[in-house]
Amino acid sequence: MDVENTVVEILADLTGNDDIKDDMDMDLFETGTLDSMATVQLLLELQGQLDIDVPVSEFDRNEWATPNKIIAKAKELQ
Amino acid sequence: MPNLQPYANPNYFIILGIALVPLIIGFLNGKRWHIYETLVSLLFLVLIFDGDKINQGLALIGYVIFEGALIWGYTVYRQKRNNTALFDLAVVLAIMPLVIVKFVPFLNPGRNSIIGFLGISYLTFKAVGMIMETRDGSIKKFEPWLFLQFMLFFPTISSGPIDRYRRFKKDYLKVPERDHYIDMLGKAMHNFMLGFVYKFILGYAFGTLLLPRMAHLAMASRGGFLDISWGLVGYMYVYSMYLFFDFAGYSLFAVGTSYVMGIETPINFNKPFSSPNIKEFWNRWHMTLSFWFRDYIYMRLMFFLMKHKITKSKVLIANLGYLTLFLLMGFWHGLTWYYIAYGLFHAIWIILTDVWLRFKKKHKDHIISNRWTNYLAIFATFNTVCLSFLIFSGFLDRLWFH
Repeated sequence: MDVENTVVEILADLTGNDDIKDDMDMDLFETGTLDSMATVQLLLELQGQLDIDVPVSEFDRNEWATPNKIIAKAKELQ
Repeated sequence: MPNLQPYANPNYFIILGIALVPLIIGFLNGKRWHIYETLVSLLFLVLIFDGDKINQGLALIGYVIFEGALIWGYTVYRQKRNNTALFDLAVVLAIMPLVIVKFVPFLNPGRNSIIGFLGISYLTFKAVGMIMETRDGSIKKFEPWLFLQFMLFFPTISSGPIDRYRRFKKDYLKVPERDHYIDMLGKAMHNFMLGFVYKFILGYAFGTLLLPRMAHLAMASRGGFLDISWGLVGYMYVYSMYLFFDFAGYSLFAVGTSYVMGIETPINFNKPFSSPNIKEFWNRWHMTLSFWFRDYIYMRLMFFLMKHKITKSKVLIANLGYLTLFLLMGFWHGLTWYYIAYGLFHAIWIILTDVWLRFKKKHKDHIISNRWTNYLAIFATFNTVCLSFLIFSGFLDRLWFH
């Protein structure tokens, strides 16, 4: 499964913003694009769609802050 | 040995300064001496808990042994099995000492539990955090020496900031690059100076000089609607300023001392009164507490509710999460009506803020948003925060019921 496309799709869905792929290095937390609720949804979608198990304590905002970082993390954990 | 409370008087700082000099020299030469660091910690723990505080010292020892045994046991168990009921039990046991300490004065007004000690509220966060990380598989081994260093880290023992085991361990086990350490020393110096101004000048002015006058004025002006008076309004703002400068000052000392010791303890305050809304506020006020509740309570609860599809409504899930988080935070402060009211106040406020943010998002094109609306938002948030602090202060209890 194409990790990059899946992640972008999930993010676009969660944020209601299709332009998310235009700025893959945007800090999603600083800009308020993602909050804790969206984070949990993201983790659940990653689990459901990419079979990646991320326990809540493993989630460090610094490592998951931008779409590119999320893709990197997802690939690492696959 | 005299008794010295953390960062409370010049002697503490003098002894601290002298004790840290060898450490600083070591770090500047690329060396880290855990044995010496431990001796310094022991010295300070003795200074904080000796004399008339010896019972607290004994309670602390008992507490650390209890939590250590609990976490050790759970860690060993968890490597083989992962029963949820047992995890729940481990968490309940971990918070038991704190619950007892909070309940005793509630059931027996005026009395304090003998197992209580300065910092028990904060150490409990560290212990529970470790259990949750063990449950998640992030911590796989119990390391007694590191556990003790983490729990008994003296710069933050009395009131935080609340650190996390793996982050602490990483800092503790490495020797910072010389340039990086010099940078840390610079930050530490800045923290000590700013902390001094915050705690001993501003906090003192607001808390010791102004606050009693406001209290007196407010008490003398009772009789109006809800006993509201200008004195009460004055009390609200003075108390809020005292709370910030005193606690932020303490946090700066704690973080500064940590930095000198090579541990980058996370900060607690980041211009909180510049927040345009309450959600942003909790990213800037008592940050380590806020993030602890967010990560270990809110996100876990939401994860659970969403995974088990308890309800389809994301809004309901978020709201349940907020209520749980803030009510727990209220209870954590103490079993008084005003701490619980404080929790409820923030829960309701953040729920309503989400309503507003959703509305704003939907009608983005029809709502004015510029520099002035931002100032208005900051102003409104600041004042509402001060109102919540008035509740938190417990002064209304004095005003209305005594």
